[in-house]
Amino acid sequence: MTITRRTLLKTAAAGAAVSALGLPAGAQGIDELVIAYNVNLPSWDPTTGPSAVNPTIQGLYQSVFDQFILQQPDLKPAPGLLTEWGWNEDKTKVHMTVREGVTWHDGSSFTAEDVAWSLQRAADPATGNPIQFVWGTLTNIKAEGNTVTADVAQFDPTIFKWMYFLTGYVLPKEYYTRVGAEGFEAAPIGTGPYMVEKFERDAYVRLKANANYWGGKPDFETVTIKFVTDAAARVAEVESGQSHVTLEMPYEEFDRLKGAMNGYATPISDIGMIFLNDIDVMLDPNVRKAAVAAIDKQTIIDRLLSGYGVAIDTLETPDYDAYDASIKTPYDPQAAVAALAASGYSIDNPVKFKIQTTKGFKPKDYEMIQAIVGLWRKVGIEAEIEVYEIAKHYELRAADQLAPAAFYNWGNSVGDPTTSTGFAMFGPSPHSVWDSQDLIDRIGPLWGEKDEAKRIQGWKDVDRYIAENAYVIPLLQYVQPILAAKGVTVTPHHSGALLPHLMKRA
Amino acid sequence: MRLIRQILLRMLTTAVTLIGVAVIVFVVIRVVPGNPIAMMLPPGATDEDVLRLTALYGLDKSLPQQFLIWAGGVLHGDFGTSITSRQPVLALVLDRLPATLELSIMALVIAVLIGGVVALTGTRSRDSGIEAAIDIGNGIALSIPDFLWGLILILLFGVLLPVFNISGRITPSLPLNFVTNFYLFESILRGRPDLWLDLISHMFLPSLALAIPLSAIIGQVLKQSLKETMHLDYVTLSRTKGYGENHVILREALPNAILPTLTLVGVQFTFLIGGTVIIERLFSYEGLGNLAIDAVINRDLPLIQGIVILFAVIFTAVNLVVDLLYAVLNPRLRHG
Repeated sequence: MTITRRTLLKTAAAGAAVSALGLPAGAQGIDELVIAYNVNLPSWDPTTGPSAVNPTIQGLYQSVFDQFILQQPDLKPAPGLLTEWGWNEDKTKVHMTVREGVTWHDGSSFTAEDVAWSLQRAADPATGNPIQFVWGTLTNIKAEGNTVTADVAQFDPTIFKWMYFLTGYVLPKEYYTRVGAEGFEAAPIGTGPYMVEKFERDAYVRLKANANYWGGKPDFETVTIKFVTDAAARVAEVESGQSHVTLEMPYEEFDRLKGAMNGYATPISDIGMIFLNDIDVMLDPNVRKAAVAAIDKQTIIDRLLSGYGVAIDTLETPDYDAYDASIKTPYDPQAAVAALAASGYSIDNPVKFKIQTTKGFKPKDYEMIQAIVGLWRKVGIEAEIEVYEIAKHYELRAADQLAPAAFYNWGNSVGDPTTSTGFAMFGPSPHSVWDSQDLIDRIGPLWGEKDEAKRIQGWKDVDRYIAENAYVIPLLQYVQPILAAKGVTVTPHHSGALLPHLMKRA
Repeated sequence: MRLIRQILLRMLTTAVTLIGVAVIVFVVIRVVPGNPIAMMLPPGATDEDVLRLTALYGLDKSLPQQFLIWAGGVLHGDFGTSITSRQPVLALVLDRLPATLELSIMALVIAVLIGGVVALTGTRSRDSGIEAAIDIGNGIALSIPDFLWGLILILLFGVLLPVFNISGRITPSLPLNFVTNFYLFESILRGRPDLWLDLISHMFLPSLALAIPLSAIIGQVLKQSLKETMHLDYVTLSRTKGYGENHVILREALPNAILPTLTLVGVQFTFLIGGTVIIERLFSYEGLGNLAIDAVINRDLPLIQGIVILFAVIFTAVNLVVDLLYAVLNPRLRHG
């Protein structure tokens, strides 16, 4: 090949133009970690508004703020800002020991006062904390030295679990009261592993490592988290090298890229399920049992989700505290046919009902329901699919107006049975759909059970009862795909939170 | 005098239109399914919690009461507070408007340039294979929607040949000391090529995705208009005077042929701003469109209202400007 003067000039000009436009981050090495995140961050206050209860956003919050108690990647609690915690003998008081030597991002000292104030603020209805009903069970909160104490107004066995769950964050008392809500929104500080350096709403947040972090300085000095909500764009981000890490892409894309990158596929605490409503034909136990037995969950996972999913038989995943592997609801189309026949239904005379589902809210949600409807048709169930937005699901569920069957995903990153089976199946809860009295009677006593072993066994018994009566259809535990550049290793968190301080140089 | 009367009449109809939009949007977003309180209910919330949160966000009042409170606030420049971000709606919306305007204007400039070159080339090579190729190209550009162009451009210039940035508006590590949110205009005015080149690197692909369908329309209309003008007597006279084809097209035919295209560009510009909603999402560009999608997903009622009102203001203002420009440029209208 002959290189002419003209070719050389053209190449040089093109190179200069490309350089002038700015090379993508991937070409600049991995001194500055860039993450393509799947959600926006609307607000920096992790204790108020809709963002506070959005599980996907928690990873962003946990990069800047610490929770009262640290949650490890396997969902188990560990000492964090609180090093010790517990109840007194008769469980009428709680006590917490606060870690010493911790500083806020502005250099001021973190104290037990901050913990007490954060708990008081969370319990104050005026602040708009959506979980106020939990925090409100603690009263007379006091700080003394490095200890915080409170009276238990109403015993809640999960109160300490909420301290590493939604809205369970410690905020700086002195700073927040000085700058106010707007000032905090403009310049948030926490005690977490990263400090906010720059934040452009709906675009990115640039974080600087907290050199004084009590858990050790993070590996990457600077982290930019770009909010890239479109899955195809996120894949392009890591493929082009403009981002080093991303999450939640179609499994086909994950399989295509995992060889060239570090791929992680980890079961997380989110599950897919079908709510059954205690109306119309669902009042017939034979119909419910047939609907459960006719679903081949493993085949659906293998065919539609490329094998990324774990079939479940109760609302507890293997990571949850009340998981019981002995509870099974096997795929048995013959049993489904027999159950339907007992109620006078057959393939020629099918039982009919509506099933509602989202489309694209979770991976292959609509396709899964299509497959299930196809399996049902083979045993004598004719279900009509109605697609709705997730916002409509929430509204219908709160008003108890869902169709006889409705697909949903349930997140429970603390793994306690109250926040899975409890709230999903307890009639008086606005989240429950099946409201029969027998179940209310079984679940009711467990809310205040003080003996932990007895409490967990009680929930296992409830799960078995629900499975036997087919009050709900658990489908699968989701698997979260994460792709990282070869130079980065990621420790996936089973809550689904993507945490930059758990990323290291390979 | 007639022009002034026309302006006053248009401003009056604009005000009525905006009031109509405000009422319709206010009612519709409260009637469609999706309650913001239901969306923020945590597991275990009781009916009391629902009532408490509903009251906290002022949704416990009747629809007319809510409208009056909101309209009263708007008249005083208060568009309410965003439910999701807890920031004043007006500040949020005005913060994003410059980003969307810059993107739209850049797209318009690209569309006019491409469309203009296509039309002039097509006219210069009329009734030849080149014109046929241009027509086919225009057809393809028009039949593929802008978001698909966006995906194609991301694949081509973001992944296969990573020349441009494919997300965001500016590289986060750059020092940003902007006085306004018109980053591109300000960096050009301040003579900061490091910033404006980076901004263009981020804005080029989304602008091009928006521009391609519009450029096809401009190219088609302008070419047709030019071809018709080329048959007029004064153009033939110009040729007989010995002027070259380029001179005839650019200096004689174009000034008369451009008027219908100008009207079209004005109308299409409003559609182009509407098109930014999807494109901004695809390219994670922090403009109004991206904000609008989040507001709808989260059922952030005050924010949806604010964005829609602002879009309505932009649409009516652009239409007004185009009408006035047309009146000024068209001698028949100018002189009555």
